[in-house]
Amino acid sequence: MPGAIYAEGLVKTFGDVRALDGVDLDVPEGTVLGLLGPNGAGKTTTVRVLTTLLRPDSGKAVVAGIDVLRHPDEVRRSIGLSGQFAAVDEYLTGRENLRMVGQLYQMKAKAAKVRAEELLERFNLGDAADRTAKTYSGGMRRRLDLAAALVVSPPVMFMDEPTTGLDPRNRLQLWGIIQELVAAGTTLLLTTQYLEEADHLAHDICVVDHGKVIARGTSDQLKARTGGERVEVVVHERDRITTAREVLAGFGKGETTVEKHTRKLTVPVSGGAKLLAEVIRELDGRGIEIDDIGLRRPTLDDVFISLTGHAAERRAEERAEAAAGPEVKGRKAARKEAAK
Amino acid sequence: MSGLSDSLVIARRNLIRMSRIPEMILFGVIQPVMFVVLFSFVFGGSMTVGGTTDPVVYREFLMAGIFAQTVTFATAGAGAGIADDMHKGLIDRFRSLPMARGAVLTGRTLADLVQTALTVVVLTIVALLVGWRIHEGVPKALGAFGLLLLLGYAFSWIGALIGLSVRTPEAATSGGLIWLFPVTFISIAFVDSAQMASWLQPIAEWNPFSATVQACRVLFGNPGVSTSEAWPMQHPVWASILWSVLIVVVFRTLSVRKYRRADG
Repeated sequence: MPGAIYAEGLVKTFGDVRALDGVDLDVPEGTVLGLLGPNGAGKTTTVRVLTTLLRPDSGKAVVAGIDVLRHPDEVRRSIGLSGQFAAVDEYLTGRENLRMVGQLYQMKAKAAKVRAEELLERFNLGDAADRTAKTYSGGMRRRLDLAAALVVSPPVMFMDEPTTGLDPRNRLQLWGIIQELVAAGTTLLLTTQYLEEADHLAHDICVVDHGKVIARGTSDQLKARTGGERVEVVVHERDRITTAREVLAGFGKGETTVEKHTRKLTVPVSGGAKLLAEVIRELDGRGIEIDDIGLRRPTLDDVFISLTGHAAERRAEERAEAAAGPEVKGRKAARKEAAK
Repeated sequence: MSGLSDSLVIARRNLIRMSRIPEMILFGVIQPVMFVVLFSFVFGGSMTVGGTTDPVVYREFLMAGIFAQTVTFATAGAGAGIADDMHKGLIDRFRSLPMARGAVLTGRTLADLVQTALTVVVLTIVALLVGWRIHEGVPKALGAFGLLLLLGYAFSWIGALIGLSVRTPEAATSGGLIWLFPVTFISIAFVDSAQMASWLQPIAEWNPFSATVQACRVLFGNPGVSTSEAWPMQHPVWASILWSVLIVVVFRTLSVRKYRRADG
């Protein structure tokens, strides 16, 4: 039986950009799928197709058991959408925003009013309920946006980069709210650029790039493919690199890599902070002066490099495009569109 | 019917917004008042209406034109408002909700209609102050105001289509205004069509805008009613209603279709 969110072979092109190039997804009821990828990978386009905002060129999508392409109106009754850009009316107060959304979900005016009060309370917006959303902080707006998505307690939720741009405190707060939702049985599709976020919230993760799912699995499975934590050291003097390399080899689980021009050495390790302290003592003991040292965990870039080997090259291409200016603007616009 | 209730929810939303940006309403009111004052006192003494250059007669003649011009300026407001909405995240929220598809647009045009009505009330007071009067009784005058609001509502759907077709609210404001100048000036609003070049006369007389102006002059009992043989000038009330309904049907259909296809 297909899950609460199911997609098969979704394709969408904008001009000559293939924003989605055959995306398959299957999210079992009551679980969280993290869609992980860089800007322009096709995350948002996937969400837009599944939430009826965009028609794919081909493919099949079923949400909450309803065919998205054939019965978009019925799908809209069963979903909540919360986006990267808080979708609230900034000239309306928090309360007015929630009541409006409730009524547009076809609730009676009175029911919408009651529901708005509940949500304001739950999302800690009670004190700001009568201020226009314009005066809200970024975190408050995001909470109001999420509250609007939850007006009818939809069984299926979509969150497009819910914490992008939020400070750490607000991010943690939002994570807490999301975890409560999932505990109550909501099926959630979450897009993010942060591995840490997917790690924290998602049961399963799909890594997307160039409109394709290039890897899927639990966060542990993905990390295992990327390699675990590692120590990075930047030595002060270039002629001490060889000695530093010998030191690190004694602690490492694998080969030490060296970037000569940045004087940076990286070695995979296991043992965490305790090991880091030993490395520092040893380097100090040999009289090697260091500019920087740290324990690094796998980042999205690492996942990318290990999965595709093209992350760095992609960034370079984007920079070149940005620098090239007007003549590639059309293509850029199309890509931007795809990224939306 | 969810279409109507959704439209009213959106209209309410737009009215709340307008009330929180009162300067928009203020400018909307000042503009026509300025036109009344400028036209009456700058052109007032040099225009011939019904064989006289009496400025009081010109002022009475002028007001129907100013009223009609004022209601059509709602076009720019609707266009800018919708263009603004389309480029904010909020539109994705609306489009993902189980609401009537045309409600975002209908709600906006209804809110603009309320604003237009408010402007017309203020303008009526100013008009009475500069010497304009109604001569055919209150019921007919109310009929004239009804035709004016219908025209304004019809034009706000043209604005909606412009708002959906441009990339920025600024473009919608200027795009919503420039074409109004030829439409309102190549008409019988400020000058009798009989004084225009012969090739311009039929354009002015069949202009939807002229039909409403003519109907208002007849219903208000103001001077300078066109004596042209053209059908809309002979049957201005019917012509005004037909034109306005036609504009609503055509531009509402085009706008709603464009809104639905806006795969932003």
